[in-house]
Amino acid sequence: MTKFLIALLFAPIMAFASGSTAHIDKWPGSVSDKAALQNGAKLFVNYCMNCHGASYMRYKNLLDLGLTEQQVKENLMFTSDKIGELMRVAARSDEQKLWFGATPPDLTIIARARGEAGNAGAGADWLYTYLRSFYRDANRPTGWNNTVFENVGMPHILYGLQGQQVMNHETHKLELAVPGSMAPAEFDKSVSDLVGFMVWMGEPQQEYRRTLGWFVLAFLAVLFVVAYALKKEYWKDIH
Amino acid sequence: MAAGNFEKYKSDGSLAGNALEWLDARFPATSMWKGHLSEYYAPKNFNFWYFFGSLALLVLVIQIVTGIFLVMHYKPDAALNANGVPIAFASVEYIMRDVSGGWLIRYMHSTGASAFFIVVYMHMFRGLLYGSYRKPRELTWLFGVGIFLCLMGEAFFGYLLPWGQMSYWGAQVIVNLFSAIPVIGGDLSLIIRGDFVVGDATLNRFFSFHVIAFPLVLIGLVAAHVLALHETGSNNPDGVEIKANKDEHGIPRDGIPFHPYYTVKDIVGVVVFLMVFSAVMFWAPEGGGYFLETPNFYPADPLKTPPHIAPVWYFTPFYSILRAVTYPLFGLDAKFWGVVAMGASVVIFAFLPWLDRSPVKSIRYRGPIYKTLLTIFVICFFVLGYLGTLSPSPMGELVSQVCSVFYFGFFLAMPWWSRMDKFKQVPDRVTFK
Amino acid sequence: MSNQGKMDCGRRRLVVATAAVGGAGAVAALVPFVSSLLPSERAKAAGAPVEVDISKLEPGQMMTVEWRGKPVWIINRTKEMMDTLPKLADAVADPKSEKNQQPAYAQNDTRSIKPEIMVVVGICTHLGCSPSQKFKAGTEEGMPGGWLGGFLCPCHGSTFDFAGRVYKSKPAPTNLEVPPHVYLADTRILIGEDKKGA
Repeated sequence: MTKFLIALLFAPIMAFASGSTAHIDKWPGSVSDKAALQNGAKLFVNYCMNCHGASYMRYKNLLDLGLTEQQVKENLMFTSDKIGELMRVAARSDEQKLWFGATPPDLTIIARARGEAGNAGAGADWLYTYLRSFYRDANRPTGWNNTVFENVGMPHILYGLQGQQVMNHETHKLELAVPGSMAPAEFDKSVSDLVGFMVWMGEPQQEYRRTLGWFVLAFLAVLFVVAYALKKEYWKDIH
Repeated sequence: MAAGNFEKYKSDGSLAGNALEWLDARFPATSMWKGHLSEYYAPKNFNFWYFFGSLALLVLVIQIVTGIFLVMHYKPDAALNANGVPIAFASVEYIMRDVSGGWLIRYMHSTGASAFFIVVYMHMFRGLLYGSYRKPRELTWLFGVGIFLCLMGEAFFGYLLPWGQMSYWGAQVIVNLFSAIPVIGGDLSLIIRGDFVVGDATLNRFFSFHVIAFPLVLIGLVAAHVLALHETGSNNPDGVEIKANKDEHGIPRDGIPFHPYYTVKDIVGVVVFLMVFSAVMFWAPEGGGYFLETPNFYPADPLKTPPHIAPVWYFTPFYSILRAVTYPLFGLDAKFWGVVAMGASVVIFAFLPWLDRSPVKSIRYRGPIYKTLLTIFVICFFVLGYLGTLSPSPMGELVSQVCSVFYFGFFLAMPWWSRMDKFKQVPDRVTFK
Repeated sequence: MSNQGKMDCGRRRLVVATAAVGGAGAVAALVPFVSSLLPSERAKAAGAPVEVDISKLEPGQMMTVEWRGKPVWIINRTKEMMDTLPKLADAVADPKSEKNQQPAYAQNDTRSIKPEIMVVVGICTHLGCSPSQKFKAGTEEGMPGGWLGGFLCPCHGSTFDFAGRVYKSKPAPTNLEVPPHVYLADTRILIGEDKKGA
């Protein structure tokens, strides 16, 4: 009976588990790798921030990546001269709308927004795959298309590094036609660093949050011990 | 529990004693303390399910305190800031990043919203298990249903405030439900929105409802709920009325003072709850994408609906029932009946005290019919809830229709099936260990 | 049942232990709430030090810059203005700037780093109005006879000299505040910070 009821509970859930349409690679990085995050920050300000803002972030936040104020000012600050300022985009949003047809989205929390129900951390995987899946498509105004974001408005900004991929229409796989300045493994690592930076930027205090959680749980465990002893002591009365 | 039943405090001559006597002569301090805590006799056989009442109160306090601090930094403004982001949306990220400690307060509030519903659903399920809604506690139950309705409103209004994509389109869909009401529907949704689409006016009035109107009503209803409960006394897992068996001092033989026995016990419950709560808040504040839905990390865009919109998980069982209704009836379209069904699926809980005709309260002394039907009811509730998070599909529609029919059947046929069961003899005294 | 709920030594110890641990937790839980009341990163960014170029500030002129939402005056004092300062030693309340209204490097006769350049927060120390300029000696409208030039607070009539020193028997209790500042170069001042290159 119980088994039947449990089966009844799960049957519809099984029936609706849906598969994703394009293959998504797993992001191999980690937000605790400071060196990778620094590299990601550099890629981000050099490539992404020409069109996208990170307008909830302050340059000051970058100090948490183990950089000094001097390093941030010299290498990463191109749109402001004050360390406390927001990481605004260089271009104006109304002009961008004219050029691209739409304002490129702010990227501060893009890694969180790209997650999905039941798998909130999946935004990193999506970004990691997306940034490596551009291919040449003459039918698109930008000359680029993307396997995980069909008819995307954004051109392939990193093509100088990755080179140019083309779609093999027989195997439906991407092939590198013109090599870029980086070897494929090196490029994957760079994208991984860039994605890591975006994941970190989505919530800069996330590592601290997780650490703090351990302290809070440890404290509550102590409180549980005394509170439980107190309860036991009083409930001795009750027969 | 009238104030006069307790003797006034007499000073022992000390300064503190004199102060207390002065206070007690002017305020029912002693009688409140005794009537609701130290001489409120609760059955001694409360089990796990009886933690959730005090936990609900705890979460209410968490929500109010964190809410007060969030309001200091949040801005209910749909206008775009210099970076082209709605000010309301940006102010939430401002709280998450620029306000010291703000992220923690915000996560407490967002996790607290889901925790509130988990705790309240457990609390309601306890009522179903042990017949807590039965005579003489009908009014306590009705206040409880009122609290649940109020909580749904509070959650709905609050969900618009971050002004993300899910906030926006969720509000859009729910407000449009009202347009299904014949004749007045169109005007009604216009009045709710204060604009032709969900906009700045909507955001501001929802903010007002969320921080002032509904919390006030909620606190009032909670007070009424507890007062009504303390008038009749608590039910227990055996469904035995402990007041029917009193000792020579007029104290129920199976009752123990709420304070200290249940205060120390509830403290343990609170600590365990806080451990679970903290684990979610510190390690998975998005709740896997169910507590903080991922599309809500995009600012509201009135021109672009996200590919898949679903209400937050705690609304999805009722949302599924809404979607399950696809037939027009009596010349009114399916949309209208869907709204009616959804409303009815919540309100029907209020009728439980009069639908249940079984001679016993607790599931412990009920027979297989109740146990089976309650199990299937819970399964239907979960399945409806799960389906509500998915995009519509033909298969989903069929399953949700079956579940919805059972959901209503459970309640509407209760006057008959609740009498037919095989019942066990209810003991005179509660069972304790 | 007769000793139900009675307190004994063991119980008291457990109650105290639970209250102590729980109380410590409650205090710790206050931390995010109290710290959320402090100035946020946005407020700190808006209150960041301000760099000012004074190369175009002629003698006798004053410029106002905003620092932490407050007006900061920079005055290039002429020789005549400077000469009024020693004469007023008996007329002002705190001639030697003994009250802590300026960094140590501005606790001198001119209340400034460079004698002629005065940097001062233009907020009256009485109740926070911003005093107005009354630079012309003797001739300014509404000023008492023998006025040597300085500032008048329009709210409650406090008067200040060219070093921001308050006159005696006025509502304002102290001299105007000199903010922390530093010369990055000969004509560039950083207001809000003492040290270069930070």
